[in-house]
Amino acid sequence: MDFLELLQVLDSSLRLAIPLLLACLAGLFSERAGIFDIGLEGKMLGAAMMAAAIAAITGNVWLGLLAGIFASVVLAGIHGLASITFRGDQLISGVAINFLAAGLTVVVAQDWFAQGGRTPSLDGAARFNPIELPFAIGPSDAAETGRRLNELIAEASPIQQVYSELISGHTLLVYLALLAVPLSWWVLYRTRFGLRLRAVGEAPEAVDTAGISVIRLRFVAVILCGVLCGIAGAYLSTALLGGFVKDMTAGRGFIALAALIFAKWRPWYALSATLLFGFLQAVVVRYQNVEVGNFTVPVQFMDALPYILTVVILAGFVGKAVPPRAGGQPYVKER
Amino acid sequence: MSDAAIELRGISKAFGPVQANKDISIRVMPGTIHGIIGENGAGKSTLMSILYGFYKADAGEIFINGEQTTIPDSQAAIRAGIGMVFQHFKLVRNFSVVENIILGAEDGALLQPSITKARKSLKQLAEEYELNVDPDALIEDLSVGHRQRVEILKALYREADILILDEPTGVLTPAEADQLFRILERLKAEGKTIILITHKLREIMHITDTVSVMRRGEMTATVKTAETNPQELAELMVGRKVLLNVDKAPAQPGAPVLEVEGLSVHDGDGVQRLKGVSLNVRAGEILGIAGVAGNGQTELLEVLGGMMRGTGNVRLNGDEIDLTGKYSDGQSRRARGISHVPEERQDEGLILEFAAWENVAFGYHHDPDYQRNAMFMNNAAIRAETAAKMERFDVRPPITNLAARNFSGGNQQKIVLAREIERNPDLLLVGQPTRGVDIGAIEFIHKRIVELRDAGKAILLVSVELDEIMSLSDRIAVMFDGQIMGERLPGETDEKELGLLMAGITGDAA
Repeated sequence: MDFLELLQVLDSSLRLAIPLLLACLAGLFSERAGIFDIGLEGKMLGAAMMAAAIAAITGNVWLGLLAGIFASVVLAGIHGLASITFRGDQLISGVAINFLAAGLTVVVAQDWFAQGGRTPSLDGAARFNPIELPFAIGPSDAAETGRRLNELIAEASPIQQVYSELISGHTLLVYLALLAVPLSWWVLYRTRFGLRLRAVGEAPEAVDTAGISVIRLRFVAVILCGVLCGIAGAYLSTALLGGFVKDMTAGRGFIALAALIFAKWRPWYALSATLLFGFLQAVVVRYQNVEVGNFTVPVQFMDALPYILTVVILAGFVGKAVPPRAGGQPYVKER
Repeated sequence: MSDAAIELRGISKAFGPVQANKDISIRVMPGTIHGIIGENGAGKSTLMSILYGFYKADAGEIFINGEQTTIPDSQAAIRAGIGMVFQHFKLVRNFSVVENIILGAEDGALLQPSITKARKSLKQLAEEYELNVDPDALIEDLSVGHRQRVEILKALYREADILILDEPTGVLTPAEADQLFRILERLKAEGKTIILITHKLREIMHITDTVSVMRRGEMTATVKTAETNPQELAELMVGRKVLLNVDKAPAQPGAPVLEVEGLSVHDGDGVQRLKGVSLNVRAGEILGIAGVAGNGQTELLEVLGGMMRGTGNVRLNGDEIDLTGKYSDGQSRRARGISHVPEERQDEGLILEFAAWENVAFGYHHDPDYQRNAMFMNNAAIRAETAAKMERFDVRPPITNLAARNFSGGNQQKIVLAREIERNPDLLLVGQPTRGVDIGAIEFIHKRIVELRDAGKAILLVSVELDEIMSLSDRIAVMFDGQIMGERLPGETDEKELGLLMAGITGDAA
């Protein structure tokens, strides 16, 4: 593997890590407020379908993004209603949302587009296109010189290669997601809202006696989770791929949850954890037919590898991950 | 006459059919310490929760500094200058002190200015009231006494003029409690008004200026502390005469029943909890183990009761007891004549979801009297025995089918005691017999324990209540850090000396 090939793998790691990162941050806000959310998967899926559908109908990806966020927030609202207002079991509510989204997305897509539960493929203004950063070698240079992009990059200096291959050429959502990491950290640790959010996940009774509404705070967290999941889902269907297909989240919501535990509910750790999982997925995508001696490792095994490694990492390398103390428990006022 | 800091007029509050507060009126004068005393369930906490905006009163009026106010939520109470220190602290354990202080009282959307301000304010408060706490320490690293200080600081930071403390000494060592009282005196000298809720008569007599007594949701009396005495207050609380001091004849100790030599125990984390404990308990004697919770008393009871394993020599009536092998379980201990009333009655003494009669059989379910044949148990017999026990131990309500959860703390404890004492054991292990039990039941439980002693049985009593140890024991051993610091006779020692021993300071050295 040469340097350029490594860059290409890292580049696709980043692309694949972004939905995990957004979902992981979504889960972080929710769980830091004491609401466990295994419905990340369902919210992403719902958002992916709505984003692709509205983008396909209107031809405007921004309307698609908004629709995706809206769908995800509605599902988050249901989770909030069940687990905060009615003090239901957060796991059950999350599972219900996953099932709901898995079924509903296909039904709605079939009803609207009659393409077997898919949305039409998106192009042009109906999807997020790569942004070419200044001074980077991109498709425009290739068009100008009449040569292939790969050749141009291969001839450039290593720094230019990193810049053009790895840093430049992503969609806007990728850069937004990366910005969301320091922003989340700042909100969590440097603002009043963050202090209260962390407090309500640890000791809601302390928040309550301080005269702050536990219910309102938790709802804000859950809605925030919905927004981030919505962006994650829209990214899948309008940026990473050009359209929605059935079950396209493929367990990413659960991997994001694993990454959240791995990250010990911290934003910067969440970035490293999701990059690691993204890297695993990128390696699998790139090396489908690995041969060990005469033996060809089955593709199915390679496909399963990220999931297997998720389990291994969670079981062996996490160390002590202490979840927010009040996580999973509805708050009941007591004397 | 100046305006009262707090005046409540005709406050009533019902939870369903239960009238928790009935037409309560009270005046608390500014710059005084006002005690509110009553049994568990008398309605003290409900009343204070109304004052702090947790509950809304069904009827009645609240006046703060002479002005009528309503307190719909905690925020309103804080604005009115009321601060509350709850029995169970409302702190975020993995936050620093300063973060806990500003939570809910931040000055703006960004934290930094609030933190800077709080630091300065904390320094000032520390000087003013001798309330020293490291602002950057995490709550979970602080001792219970210091956590309580943080709660007080929280209230002061919010500029509370009226401070309500709910059972503040329940979790403190005697030294920490004394410190708390000094702080309260200081606060009073600075013109703060303090309401102290407690069921400990001693504290009321020690620190309050005025005391109100509550019984079954009603305010039965408000008197000047200087003009009353503990007997009178106890009577007002319970509604009849109570024996504050346990009425017992001098012990007639016989042969040693329990002999412990060099008993050591390591817990699951490998920490040594008992470090070579030696003691003995004779027939017809109560040995009281005093100590701050967590110094090995729990482990001592558990290893003797067969819930933990240990090393060393333990003899019962001269015969060795198995500490590690096949016969080191609770069942074997019971078979040898050791009964155990565990410290945590709700976790270890009872299964709360099960009916009283089922709980009465636990641990003795192999008893031949409880079997109908080889296959089935004789539930009717167990029920009949439970009914009889309930009558003898005055368990209320006497319903054998009621789940243990639905009895009050005192009645739960009576069920456990009835089960264990009536087995007529040679040795009774009893931990915190009256924790969370109201004063009427305390008296009853103490009487039963003394009766068992007078029947010539050996009793090992563990309690964190010094009063209880002092009044019940025939001999007192003090535990600290897994060791016995010394033994004293109740008539020849006082709380001060025991308090020092409990803190690990031996009197001989002083």
